[in-house]
Amino acid sequence: MAKLSKVLIEPFNLNNPITVQILGICSALAVTVKMKPAVVMALSVVFVMAFSNVIISLLRNTIPTRIRIIVQLVVIASLVVLVDQFLKAYVYDISKQLSVFVGLIITNCIIMGRLEAFALGNKPLPSFLDGLGNAAGYGIILVIVSFLRELFGSGTIWGYQVFPQSFYSFGYENNGLMILPPMALIIIGLIIWIQRGLYKQLQGRS
Amino acid sequence: MKINVQSNLYTFIYASVMVILVALALSMTFIKLKPLQQANMLKEKQQAILASIGIKCERDQAPELFEKYFSQSYVVDIQGNILKDVNPLKINLEEEYAKDLKDRRLPVFVGENQGRKFFVLSVFGKGLWGPIWGYLALEEDLNTIYGVVFDHKGETPGLGAEITQSWYQKKFVGKKIFDENGNFVSIAVVKGGAKEDDIHAVDAISGGTLTSKGLEAMLHDFLAGYVNFLKKLQEN
Repeated sequence: MAKLSKVLIEPFNLNNPITVQILGICSALAVTVKMKPAVVMALSVVFVMAFSNVIISLLRNTIPTRIRIIVQLVVIASLVVLVDQFLKAYVYDISKQLSVFVGLIITNCIIMGRLEAFALGNKPLPSFLDGLGNAAGYGIILVIVSFLRELFGSGTIWGYQVFPQSFYSFGYENNGLMILPPMALIIIGLIIWIQRGLYKQLQGRS
Repeated sequence: MKINVQSNLYTFIYASVMVILVALALSMTFIKLKPLQQANMLKEKQQAILASIGIKCERDQAPELFEKYFSQSYVVDIQGNILKDVNPLKINLEEEYAKDLKDRRLPVFVGENQGRKFFVLSVFGKGLWGPIWGYLALEEDLNTIYGVVFDHKGETPGLGAEITQSWYQKKFVGKKIFDENGNFVSIAVVKGGAKEDDIHAVDAISGGTLTSKGLEAMLHDFLAGYVNFLKKLQEN
């Protein structure tokens, strides 16, 4: 049991795919301007990652080694296409905002990485938890970054105005840099800095 | 019998079966969800057309409001004749764009708001990365632009994609597509900025030169198709 919970919990913090493994940065920069798309993106990745991990884990003894990468890609790609179609049908606005980035989940290296490193060698339940954990670890960072960017970039959270009009009358301005991708990179950098400051074991030894 | 997972035959069969199963599953989902997706796109279109005459609404209200404000709409050909029995909302501009100019069918949405009449024309063209399109509302003189709405598939955010923003679309308000003698001149999109008193030109977008060029070409291309129709209406 302890091992299973470790599989689930570790990617939240000590083995976080974004801040520790530095994977999946591209989409973290692109979809974190506002919270809503970031959360939908995170949920989409949770779905794709958890289920592709389970599917590959179930098939792991039948997959011919030579075409295993192709099999993984087919599984990921079909799940992503499913997600994309459902978003278009049920949350059209958000699917427009996410545009190409849903499709790019296919190329998110976290997912392939987990399939290769974990699902191919483990049973379905641990694989499911591993996928869930890693996707959630990715999602947590997305939510934190988008929270900060939306708050200081647009003055809103989840689309609701946070700073009252009187702030603006006193000369407060939304920070335009927050809306641009470089600031996402800087925020992620700060998160990594804080995290490594708190957990000495993450610091590299020279 | 133990199957050899690594044999060529097994690999080949495995790949084939997988591909067929996945293809089946995906096509079934696609067919199931298509009506919902098309309904969304239709609502979005109605929402954009409403926005061009200044009515902002949520997407779900769009069909109802569209019925209310757009009492009559029709499709015209390049000579300006009204084509019967064609639903203007069903016209796919991408298909019309691919046709020769003389074969195009163009939708006209006639709207009324607070006693004023508007003619909403559709435009479609190429941006930098993909299609761009829009709706352009003319006032009753069939010359002055009351409002425009543009949209795009994949222009660069912050640059070309700014054509969807209201600060940019506002620049088109009050511009005219015919000169004093009634000759068609369209709207130019000028790099470096249009002259302030030029009623036939707007500014291009810095950093979005190719999108701006596409925008200009799209306006000229599609509005030219409407010229005969507009002239006919003006004469009546």
